[in-house]
Amino acid sequence: MKLSENWLRTFVNPPLSTEELAHALTMGGVEVELIEPVAPPFDQVVVGEVMKVDRHPDADRLTVCRVNAGGKPLTIVCGAPNVATGSKVPTALPGARLPGMTIQAAKVRGVESQGMLCSAKELGLAEDAAGLLMLPADAAVGGDVRRLLDLDDCLLTLKPTPNRGDCLSVAGVAREAAAVTGAALVPLEAGTVRATIADRLGVILEAPQAGPRYCGRLVRGVNAGAPTPEWMVRRLSRSGIRPLGALVDITNYVMLELGQPLHAFDAARLEGGIRVRFARDGEQLTLLNGQTARLTPDFLLIADDAKAVALAGVMGGIETAVNDGTRDVFLESAFFAPEAVAGKSRRLGFSSESAYRFERGVDFAGTAAALERATQLVLEICGGAAGPVSEAHAAFPAREPVRLRLGRAERLLGVRLDGAQVSDILCRLRFEFTAIEGEFRVTPPSYRFDIAIEEDLIEELARIHGYDRIPSALPAAAAAMLPVPEKRRDAAAIRRLLAARDYQEIVSYSFVDAAWERDLAGNDGPLALANPIAGHLGVMRSSLAGGLVSALAHNLARKQARVRLFEIGRCFMTAASGDYLQPVRVGALACGDAFHEQWGSTARRADFFDVKGDVEALLAPRAAEFRPAEHPALHPGKSALIVCEGRMAGWIGELHPRWQRKYDLPLPPVLFELEYDVISERGLPAYNDISKFPPVRRDIAAVVDEGTSYQAILEGLRRGRPAIVTEIGLFDIYRGTGVETGKKSLAFRVLLQDTRKTLSDAEVESAVSQLRRILQQQFNAKLR
Amino acid sequence: MREVDAIVAEALAVFAGIDDADRLEQAKARYLGKSGALTGLLKGLGKLPAVERPAFGSRINAAKEQLETALREQRSRIQERKLEASLKEETLDVTLPGRGLGGGGLHPVTRTMDRIEALFRSMGFEVADGPEIETDYYNFTALNSPENHPARSMQDTFYLADGKHLLRTHTSPIQIRYLESHRPPVRIIAPGRVFRVDAVDATHSPMFHQIEGLWVDEHVTFAGLKGVLIEFLGKFFERDDLRVRFRPSFFPFTEPSAEIDMSFGEGWLEMGGAGMVHPNVLANVNINSEKYQGFAFGLGPDRLAMLRYGVNDLRLFFENDLRFLKQFN
Repeated sequence: MKLSENWLRTFVNPPLSTEELAHALTMGGVEVELIEPVAPPFDQVVVGEVMKVDRHPDADRLTVCRVNAGGKPLTIVCGAPNVATGSKVPTALPGARLPGMTIQAAKVRGVESQGMLCSAKELGLAEDAAGLLMLPADAAVGGDVRRLLDLDDCLLTLKPTPNRGDCLSVAGVAREAAAVTGAALVPLEAGTVRATIADRLGVILEAPQAGPRYCGRLVRGVNAGAPTPEWMVRRLSRSGIRPLGALVDITNYVMLELGQPLHAFDAARLEGGIRVRFARDGEQLTLLNGQTARLTPDFLLIADDAKAVALAGVMGGIETAVNDGTRDVFLESAFFAPEAVAGKSRRLGFSSESAYRFERGVDFAGTAAALERATQLVLEICGGAAGPVSEAHAAFPAREPVRLRLGRAERLLGVRLDGAQVSDILCRLRFEFTAIEGEFRVTPPSYRFDIAIEEDLIEELARIHGYDRIPSALPAAAAAMLPVPEKRRDAAAIRRLLAARDYQEIVSYSFVDAAWERDLAGNDGPLALANPIAGHLGVMRSSLAGGLVSALAHNLARKQARVRLFEIGRCFMTAASGDYLQPVRVGALACGDAFHEQWGSTARRADFFDVKGDVEALLAPRAAEFRPAEHPALHPGKSALIVCEGRMAGWIGELHPRWQRKYDLPLPPVLFELEYDVISERGLPAYNDISKFPPVRRDIAAVVDEGTSYQAILEGLRRGRPAIVTEIGLFDIYRGTGVETGKKSLAFRVLLQDTRKTLSDAEVESAVSQLRRILQQQFNAKLR
Repeated sequence: MREVDAIVAEALAVFAGIDDADRLEQAKARYLGKSGALTGLLKGLGKLPAVERPAFGSRINAAKEQLETALREQRSRIQERKLEASLKEETLDVTLPGRGLGGGGLHPVTRTMDRIEALFRSMGFEVADGPEIETDYYNFTALNSPENHPARSMQDTFYLADGKHLLRTHTSPIQIRYLESHRPPVRIIAPGRVFRVDAVDATHSPMFHQIEGLWVDEHVTFAGLKGVLIEFLGKFFERDDLRVRFRPSFFPFTEPSAEIDMSFGEGWLEMGGAGMVHPNVLANVNINSEKYQGFAFGLGPDRLAMLRYGVNDLRLFFENDLRFLKQFN
């Protein structure tokens, strides 16, 4: 909300500079976001009356004007198209300092010019101007333009929090400023208007809880086309409200001034009396903004005997709106409960100043006074004759006394405020209260909708006392150690391990393109957002692959030849039960050379096994099983399901060539994605005796079919091995001369050891023979 | 006797002139070997008169001793020289780059969150976690933010198409989830991603990070909240010239509520929100607010990282450009 500082100071005028006043409000809880002067500095600009306009003898576009600026008549050369005899315009006298220039008497194309006639742009009041700024006809010649236009003013942009509906008006901010600064509040002198006609409309409250107070009054014979006074236009514009005609301007003005939204109906369009009632299902109303709202029974309406005429507290209907031809006006000032208005304009897809205020709470004690104020202004500006006030009211929102204990305040804040300090603060806030022995009973005022419990009052004490006067003190707590689980690894440890293996962490959006889900996760039914910010961020990811591939493409496009990325984050899917699963996953990809280009090592592409080594390192000391399996994102011959101690741990594989092409990647990355829950587990180390006897090594080379997997052979050997075989490992794979096509030669290292004695040759030979038999019998191996 | 002296003098000169181990041993044989000069003299001992023999014998032994010593010294000199020569040959260009894998690194926001966690852990805070898809209850209702309340429009919420779930707009639901399963005293922080319907610009992102803090016990005060956050900011930025101010604000789930501003000199930067846990929030998790009270705060790790490392555009954190990310390794 923007408002004029000068306007505010008509209600409260503490001896503080603009900045000090803004700071006091901010530190009291009503943040002043911005202070802007309404005009840049300039001086010696006065009201000049153009007496005579002659053409410049030597220039078609210039005129020579005689100007009365209070002293001797001045001759001023002017280039504006709208200069006219009799008009009053800002006149910069010789010596005047304007934004970016100083005015001197000088010859313009041979004619002496004794000053300058100014446009709004030249005075820094507007970005653009077509011609001279026209001043009111009644402006006093020679008068200071800054004073005339009230330019020594600042705009304050305030950001009251949603609980402070009471600060959405000049008077409300003034009340707040008085409380935080201690300055006196000058109330608006609002008398009552005596009715000069007897005409009135009946008012019936059919929904007394939602609309408990309604005041209205007829004013007949108004001149709705009367010009809105300059001062009112100025204050409205400074608050960002466009003038729309005197009657509407007056309602807006009173809303800004007092915080009470008002509405003006064209009385000729109303049929019968006023009813405040809920809408009937499907009832329609075309609003001032042109929108036809189809209503449900929770919309509160203002209706006459025949039809709906306004959405209560939100916006009026177009049919009964006032216009320049309106003769009789019905002014409405009402109180609608916040709950009755809340969310309604949002549901219709717009916001209104009125709804904004009612949602936050409007002072239900100020309804009648605002109507009086508006009536006065209508009579002043548009003339006419006012009828008596029709008022109907039901029960207002309760204002029960709230208990406030000094001890509780001290316990919560950590600072002691004594009874006198608390009384003083409550007085400054104009709260009614009684006090007995350290316990206060405080009745919140009608304009505060945020004081319901003791803590609300304690916040009031704290903010008026000043948050910065509350000491800061580190709390004391019983000494206790945090658990350090050894059988789990936290995400930070996994991150560090991946970083140490040359992967760079990324953070990508949790919502992704539905195409990524389809392509890279085989997911045709991802969890969709109802209101994504963009179509390509419309669904929740069920895999980290999309973000990784997209970041890869981004970096490859930026000339990074070797990219290794990882991310740890949640993925989202629906369980069979219908519940959402949100597991944390660890995903990574590597693309390009295995090592960054370096001397002394031959460059080679990182392949499946390089990345598999990274996965194995992540899982260590546990060993995982890699089962050949197909995955929609991955090359069918270069992908594996990872199983760790019987649990599905994730996937690894090279990106499918189809997606490599689609995502425009020059090289296929190898990706993996692991379940954090599975890989974060690790066993507690348990000591085994170290054998005092030396191990024996034997090597076995076996030629097997190309299709026989290493893993199958290893498992076969492990199952059938004698107890003294402690380790079986692969140290070479050979294909080529000496090995038939379609076959491969695998070289195994076998370690044998006994913890109790040195092995004899016979024991070793027998054990190795057993392994050889397994290879021959189970895997049809030829031994070399 | 004079002969002995002459042999010794000659041998010493010869030894000193040799720089090769084998030749030194050959030279040794010439003087000390079976047919060596000194050995020859010793063999002639029998021809001497008996009275002279002891003196001559001991003279020769002394000479042998002297030559052995000289040999030992010469041998070690030769070895030393040889080592020096080979060391010279083996010299590497130690300025060549090292080989092997380089190092990757952590995302700057992770790095920042790790530090924040470490600082709060050192003050006894445990780390908690919660889901990113939330229900209205945990994100709003349980946090004292009823439906249609204007406070809800402070945060524009992403809803799931199912109409029942949303993406959490803050990490505060973790307060509720944690308090549902833990009784006070409770001291946690909870880092995570949060989501708001915001167009992307230099200071806004539809997804960003937050760290929630919660301390509930019998005597946790607003003064304590100030103490903890001022301590944190000073330790995080490793500066003691920071100015921190608390300014009244509004959050449905705290009362009193505060906005935390920080200044390095000129101008105030908003660092996060905080306040005393609202009694309704405690009531929603069946905690007696007459006995227990506490504070909660929410900090922005993205913002903290930007200030700490001089990053001027929030978007950089989510573009995943290696040229940016590698600067934080």
